[in-house]
Amino acid sequence: MRIHRFHGGLKLQGRYEAVPSPINECALPPRLHLPLIAREGLVDPVVSVGDRVLRGQCIGEPRGASARVLASSSGAVIAIETRDVASPHVARATCVVIEPDGEDRWSLLPSIEDWPSAPREVLLSRLREAGVIGLGGAAFPAGIKLAAPIEILILNGAECEPGIGCDRALMRERAREVVQGAALLAHIAQARQTIIALEDAMQDACAAMENALREHPFEGALLALVPTRYPQGGERQLIETLTGREVPAHGLPRDIGVLCHNVGTAAAVWRAVVRGEALTSRLVSVNGAGVARPGNYEVRFGTPIAWLVEQAGGYTPHAARLVAGGAMMGLALPHDDIPIEASCNAIQVMDAATIKPPAPELPCIRCGECVRVCPARLLPQQLFAYLVREDWTRVQQHELGACIECGCCATACPSQIPLVAWYRWGKSGLREQARTREFADSSRTRFETRNARLQREHDERAARRPSEIVTTPAPAISKAEVLAAIARGRARRDARDSGHSSDENGSAP
Amino acid sequence: MSRFAVAPAPHLPARSTVRRVMGDVLIALVPGMAAQIWYFGFGVSVQIALAVLFALVFESIMLRLRGQKQTPWISDLSAPVTAVLFALCIPAWSPWWIACIAMCAALVFAKHLYGGLGRNIFNPAMVGYAVVLIAFPLALARWPSPEPLAAHTLGFGDLLHTIFSGHLPASQGFDTLAQATPLDTVKIEAARGYTLAEIRSNPVFGDFGGKGWEWIADWYALGGLYLLWRRVIHWQVPVALLGTTILLTVPSWIVDPDVNPLPLQHVFSGGLMLAAFFIATDPVTGAATPRGRLIFGAGVAALTLAIRRWGAYPDGVAFAVLLMNACVPLLDRITIPRVYGHGRRG
Repeated sequence: MRIHRFHGGLKLQGRYEAVPSPINECALPPRLHLPLIAREGLVDPVVSVGDRVLRGQCIGEPRGASARVLASSSGAVIAIETRDVASPHVARATCVVIEPDGEDRWSLLPSIEDWPSAPREVLLSRLREAGVIGLGGAAFPAGIKLAAPIEILILNGAECEPGIGCDRALMRERAREVVQGAALLAHIAQARQTIIALEDAMQDACAAMENALREHPFEGALLALVPTRYPQGGERQLIETLTGREVPAHGLPRDIGVLCHNVGTAAAVWRAVVRGEALTSRLVSVNGAGVARPGNYEVRFGTPIAWLVEQAGGYTPHAARLVAGGAMMGLALPHDDIPIEASCNAIQVMDAATIKPPAPELPCIRCGECVRVCPARLLPQQLFAYLVREDWTRVQQHELGACIECGCCATACPSQIPLVAWYRWGKSGLREQARTREFADSSRTRFETRNARLQREHDERAARRPSEIVTTPAPAISKAEVLAAIARGRARRDARDSGHSSDENGSAP
Repeated sequence: MSRFAVAPAPHLPARSTVRRVMGDVLIALVPGMAAQIWYFGFGVSVQIALAVLFALVFESIMLRLRGQKQTPWISDLSAPVTAVLFALCIPAWSPWWIACIAMCAALVFAKHLYGGLGRNIFNPAMVGYAVVLIAFPLALARWPSPEPLAAHTLGFGDLLHTIFSGHLPASQGFDTLAQATPLDTVKIEAARGYTLAEIRSNPVFGDFGGKGWEWIADWYALGGLYLLWRRVIHWQVPVALLGTTILLTVPSWIVDPDVNPLPLQHVFSGGLMLAAFFIATDPVTGAATPRGRLIFGAGVAALTLAIRRWGAYPDGVAFAVLLMNACVPLLDRITIPRVYGHGRRG
């Protein structure tokens, strides 16, 4: 197949590598904090304090179309309280706190061994039951994306971002799960072609995947090596690389016949269908000079980051920054008492030498390096200039919304300007503008509708009772009558002035 | 519970600094500088030193007046780049106050009064050059003969005397030391009705441009290639500038080679090569978009040729660059690239 090229990007190899380690099991923590949050809408707890739960049991039911929240080990619910969480940003959220009993008993769903002959609806409802969500970072319920048939299914194994190695470890060590999960996804999505994409630097994972694909071949399957170039693992960039197509602005990959799933999601789908295991854990890369034993860990959702770091040997004296996610797009955390969630693919504990800025921030010199590296083909320097002076019209005209916040521009900037932070602020500004405009629009519409209604009612009344509206013409008065009235008045005044009493009261005219 | 300081993503440090970018420009200028010193003597290095000194002084004063910190601003090397580019444009014997006035215009007026680094609309080096060129045309026309043609050269003491007193030592006459530049020669002789073949028999001409001049241009081009390799400049400006120069001069040269100079003569004369790689590529005052840069480079070439052909000045690179600087906001606006997901393949 032809490999296309996306615009810009950065070669980041050698700058901050993930440690290629085998998958270790992260021990059961003394407490699991499971946030009752969902992508859309609220999640209601369906357990109460004191209840005993099994691993995979539902503890939170979403009100909207989001995924269920499941217990990630067996034990007792000891509290439902507000705690700090980190998705998508650090915030307070209601968490179910479970004290594991150490037995880790499963509440397994019945296995669907013969999935190729199972109806799609059965498989889709299984994914919903098992709480399967995308493990690439967006944590979107996997079933919803699969609802309609698709032309090309892409399995994203190109993790590209410095410091993340969990997908590579998964493909190396659990290649069969990934391949069988891919076959399952292709079956559900009725894809004509399934492309499993890896970066060309992942030779070990590639060999394992080739073997697995030979053992479990399925129709339309294809292994593709893509260039190791950040942000190759970005959904839009990967689609462009593999198909040459661009996801339309404000659109979805579905609009061009493509569906993207992370390889981790494929393995989770396979486990949910064939083994009946709900999605209660994920692989997390722990990396950086600030942690003693970096590596890849299988971590239950709700495990506090502090516990995970402890399993990885604890902090070294160099620990300077704690980041959830990759080194380019990850979220810096203020503390480590935050639970691991499905969207968290890596924990980076960076040392001061890695993050140290080489120079203070200077003004933009318009060198254009950001333009050269921007995968969205934006003009980052122009956007920055317009954002500084809050010229929202121009910001909109330069399509700030197309920014994927990959951080290439900020990394390339010789003036050390935190461009991504500016763009995030700009996007919230644009949303604010849109809200204000919407409010003004709806107010105006309300006002105009009311006026129209009043006018209409008035017109209707007029149409119903025409006679009442007609004005009565004033009675005609002849000149003779006027002259007579004047004469009468004059006569009265004359009578009064001459001292004669009058039976009429003599008010002045 | 361990606590950490937070910062926005990305968490990897930037790959370059302004200082490194400017430093690369200075490094890239070294071959051309060396060649110019070789052909025109140590006066060139004295001019460079004077210009850098004045530039730093004015930069420091303006930073203080604007309430900015001296570091890191003064060490970003942007003022020395401006100074060196200017110094390479003026004759080696120019009196010291030429550099002083030009650097004042460049740093105070063109740079800091517009808001300092990154906010200037016009190329500071070219503003400085244009100011002294218009104010003191005579001083800027006295180019010494390049090395292979020079019958006499000044000793170091005489050189310093000339620069700091403003006139040549009594023992030396200007005519024995200096010559009209190749571009001047073309202009003057063509006006007197000579054909180019006759004009080019003048010893100031070499293979393409002027003797000496053409080699200096080669070394500038070499430095330019270094900048391209280091990704400090983008290819669009030099390619558009040199390409347009050749494209526009070839037809007239084919039609009438007696009147219109060889295209390569245009490329290798005057400041065109320096402009193509070092001046028109100034990021701050140039276009921001790839297509904008193509138009910018082509515009500089076309205006330079127009001034050389019809203008009062033998070389018009500085004016061409300044005129195109003024067009940059418009260029940036009409050449916005197609954003991902919009249009064609969307």
